Amino acid sequence: MRHFRKALAIILATLMLSAALSACSGGKEAQGSEQPASDSAQPSLSPVMGGDLTVGIAQDLDDTLDPHSMVSAGTREVLFNVYEGLVKPDTKGNLIPAVASEYSISDTGDTFTFTLRDGVKFHNGNLVTVKDVVYSIKRAAGLDTGTPLIPGMEEVKSVEAPDDKTVVVTLKGPNIEFLALLTAAIIPDGNDPATEVIGTGPFKYVSRSPQENIILEKFSDYWGTPAYVDTVTYKIIDNAETLVMSLKSGVLDLVSHLTSAQVNELGDGFTVLEGTMNLVQAVYLNNGVEPFNNIKVRQALSYALDRQLVMDYLADGRGAAVGSSMYPAFAKYFRPELVDYYSYDVEKAKQLLSDAGYPDGFDMTITVPSNYQPHVDTAEVIAEELKAVGVNVNIELVDWETWLNRVYLGRDYQSTIIGVDASMMTARAMLERFTSDSASNFTNFSDPEYDSTFKQAIACTDDAQQVELYGKLQTILTEDAANLYIQDMCDLVAMGNGLQGYEFYPIYVMDLSKVYFTK
Amino acid sequence: MKYILKKIGIFLLTLLGISVLVFFAFQVIPGDPTTRMLGTTATPEKIAALREQLGLNDPAIIRYFRWLTDFLKGDFGTSYSYNMPVSKLISGKIAITAALSGMSFAMVLVMSIPIGILRARFAHSIPDRISMIFNQLIMSVPPFFIGIIFTYVFGLVLKLFTPGDFIPHSESASGFWGYLVFPALAIALPKSAMVVKLLRSSMVREMSEDYVRTAYSRGNSRWQVLRRHVMRNAIIPVVTFLAVTLVDIIAGSIIIEQVFAIPGIGRLLLSSIIGRDLPVVQTIITIISIAVISVNYIADISYKYIDPRIRFR
Amino acid sequence: MRKRPNYNLIFGCSLTAITVSAIILGFFWTPFDPDAMSPAEKSIGPCLEHLLGTDNFGRDILSRVMEGAGTTLSIAFFAVSIGATFGTIIGGLTGYLGGVVDEIVMRINDAVTAFPSVLLALVVVSITGTGRTIIIFVLGILFIPSFARVVRSEFAKQRQMDYVRNARLMGVRHTRIMFVHILPNIAPVLLSSVAIGFNNAVLAEASMSYLNLGVQPTESASLGRMLLDSQSYLFSAPWQALSAGCAISILILGFALISEGLGYRQMWRPTSKRRRKVSA
Repeated sequence: MRHFRKALAIILATLMLSAALSACSGGKEAQGSEQPASDSAQPSLSPVMGGDLTVGIAQDLDDTLDPHSMVSAGTREVLFNVYEGLVKPDTKGNLIPAVASEYSISDTGDTFTFTLRDGVKFHNGNLVTVKDVVYSIKRAAGLDTGTPLIPGMEEVKSVEAPDDKTVVVTLKGPNIEFLALLTAAIIPDGNDPATEVIGTGPFKYVSRSPQENIILEKFSDYWGTPAYVDTVTYKIIDNAETLVMSLKSGVLDLVSHLTSAQVNELGDGFTVLEGTMNLVQAVYLNNGVEPFNNIKVRQALSYALDRQLVMDYLADGRGAAVGSSMYPAFAKYFRPELVDYYSYDVEKAKQLLSDAGYPDGFDMTITVPSNYQPHVDTAEVIAEELKAVGVNVNIELVDWETWLNRVYLGRDYQSTIIGVDASMMTARAMLERFTSDSASNFTNFSDPEYDSTFKQAIACTDDAQQVELYGKLQTILTEDAANLYIQDMCDLVAMGNGLQGYEFYPIYVMDLSKVYFTK
Repeated sequence: MKYILKKIGIFLLTLLGISVLVFFAFQVIPGDPTTRMLGTTATPEKIAALREQLGLNDPAIIRYFRWLTDFLKGDFGTSYSYNMPVSKLISGKIAITAALSGMSFAMVLVMSIPIGILRARFAHSIPDRISMIFNQLIMSVPPFFIGIIFTYVFGLVLKLFTPGDFIPHSESASGFWGYLVFPALAIALPKSAMVVKLLRSSMVREMSEDYVRTAYSRGNSRWQVLRRHVMRNAIIPVVTFLAVTLVDIIAGSIIIEQVFAIPGIGRLLLSSIIGRDLPVVQTIITIISIAVISVNYIADISYKYIDPRIRFR
Repeated sequence: MRKRPNYNLIFGCSLTAITVSAIILGFFWTPFDPDAMSPAEKSIGPCLEHLLGTDNFGRDILSRVMEGAGTTLSIAFFAVSIGATFGTIIGGLTGYLGGVVDEIVMRINDAVTAFPSVLLALVVVSITGTGRTIIIFVLGILFIPSFARVVRSEFAKQRQMDYVRNARLMGVRHTRIMFVHILPNIAPVLLSSVAIGFNNAVLAEASMSYLNLGVQPTESASLGRMLLDSQSYLFSAPWQALSAGCAISILILGFALISEGLGYRQMWRPTSKRRRKVSA
């Protein structure tokens, strides 16, 4: 049973919190209006061990719980607390050892050697052995079945355990980014995660009731810093306004991915943190159809787009503008100079349009998945903005499944608005889809220079040089105006009932082991 | 006996027809479960492999009959999205939606019949006119909006229930029913308003009939006339409308379930349609159809008892 | 007895006249461009310049209500027309004829009722694309069963009445009995069904928007979508929800009052006025 925690009159911006935030690349502190000024004077409130945490999520995980074949970001976000790989991401975007205590990469960039951490236990109480690790990686890479479960894992040539402490992963070719794929969950040998959920994370899975909840419980034998709270209940509340009211009523302690409008509705009494969603929201253009196969048209529309205005309407100015397919939280690769490559300039846009042969503009259709209101709102703003250059936008709302089929897989569309994120913390995850022959190149972008640069980049074994090449790829995307890049949307997290400790990651996960109730 | 057998036969045929309709609707709409299961990681090869694995490459007719034979054997299939048996997925949810529907229908009856009769009895009086305006206002608020207003007023301001804190029956029976009161009311209120309107107009119309005059002339009091004569005749369209309403409540609880975060079959149906989870959709629609057809049969039978002149063969 | 003024009819007609003229005015002139956004005028409350305030995009709500009411009214009008026409024909035939036809048609009716509207909308949308006419079509189909059931039960009842039997004995054709003899007698019931149906159609437009199958945002404003969008700003900008909600209520109220007024007059059966005197 959950204990009802009376929302404390004092809402804090404690020292601890600001320390946590400054460490976070994507996060910055919420704007003053949500937090009474007096709070900063409050002494740091001490964490309380225990308590039952209830988190509101807007979409059910109608997905498998198999960590190797799950596809939705929402599932990944929840299971981040249950499963761990040999390594795992930290809040700064680095990969830190998890089930492995240390690792080394050969100079050739194709052999990864891991030393198993002592005393890591599965949720069923068994110690993790090299056998489990080999099984897990083989399963994810599909070495026995021939079909890799995790995209990118097909590069694994072999997984071996020379002794009972060491695992060696050998690739078919050099790939220094491959470490990010070894965040793949470690599961017990022979386990079928679709039927039995056993991981090594700070929380163990208890139960799931579709459309209702998912329950996790603290794992007391966790090898690392244990979680503060005893249980976590994810409540599925799909109506946006009900989500806000459930926070207000105290049923929910934490909700992330709130919109600016929802936070405005929330009123006082909550700790609101602002980060970014870690995705690139853009009007993705089908580069293969009229008129977007013309670079001048794409550039014209890039000039005609006032990104700040989109952010002003959607999120009261929150969010981070982007100019290419990389989001700012990925600081290692992000090229800030590309952000303002196309500064808002209607005259230039008109000029380019008439150069391209469309002096009077044209009609275009933006196909938007209807289940995500911010994208629909963005489409409305852009429709209005593009009127200035004579482009008449028709918004077509479709359900997610239709979008996946027609737009993403069928590539039968003119333009669409969506946020593209990275499932893996690699630049490759963001940039590979724009190579001509990529199966996920739904924009039909094609540039021989891009393709050859990409080939160089992935084969590169020197980190600095690779970063440089990935930077060049982003520049090509910007110069070619592949898409109308808008922003990395703001991610607002609201916490009530005295909850503290939330930290943003540069990928789409929610780490609940760090949150705690305060006295 | 023959009559009952015939009815049951037609019943089953209707169910069969509906299942065919649903099945072929899924052939028409874009998307299949594989794209949902693979999401943005989908590639043509992966889709093809998964389609093969799920047996989706067979002709539609074969797949339909495979589903039908399994269904008749009591195997409702496995949900693609949740990877669990459909029967397990929906068993708990049916009870929740049934409880919600039953509760709101009871509320409709309790609220609308007395008010409708009273308004007919005092037709054209000032209270009648005032309540007409209220009635009309209630009717004109969309259900999701009523839901949100209720959550706000009863949940946050008056604190009569905790928004979002649905309590399963297994945890606390009183908590379960208590949580359902306001969602049920949100469904019942606009429906009651409609029934009141219909009952009143139907009764007022009957009150101008010859037989009513005759009844008065025999010295019956106004209430007696209303109860013994007018009600019987006036109730026919109301029974029909009540049936329509009940059907509406059963088949249309999606929005209220969403607003009040109730894990019923309405929400599951919606998400399964969107997720192209055919086995779940087929099973839920079959259940809803059984309810709908039964309700309409009951309405047909009740006409006969109310007014023996009516006969549907 | 002095003739009492029919307040329902008077109020209903004037309310409808006002709303309809506002809608017609909206075709030619609105205070502002309903689509024009303005970052500086985001979510401002009602004031002299913007009588109903502005929405989250800085659009003038009054202008959008004028445009949206037109959209909503036309959708509701045509959807109810389709539903009522086909519902009456189907219900009339089945109720009057009974038997096998009745059984078959009523079960088809059940099938339509049990078939989820979302799925129907998805099917129609995938064949024809989205848009206003599609919503009318879908809602029209969805409204047929309820009309058919109400009309059917009325016909079944009237069929047994003496006047129908007499007409039959006199050799009147079935179609004439159905549409000339019976139909006027059930007109009041039909009328209140139409009023309720109209009410439901306006709400259904809103619900379809809720399920994101309604009027597309760039097509034109609609009261349903406005009400839907406004729910995200219920506390921070309540005038958005109030404007759309009140517009919907006024629209429905006008028509409902007219239907009450007509029912009260019993204008379908002029003799009843005389009888009322006796019974009163």
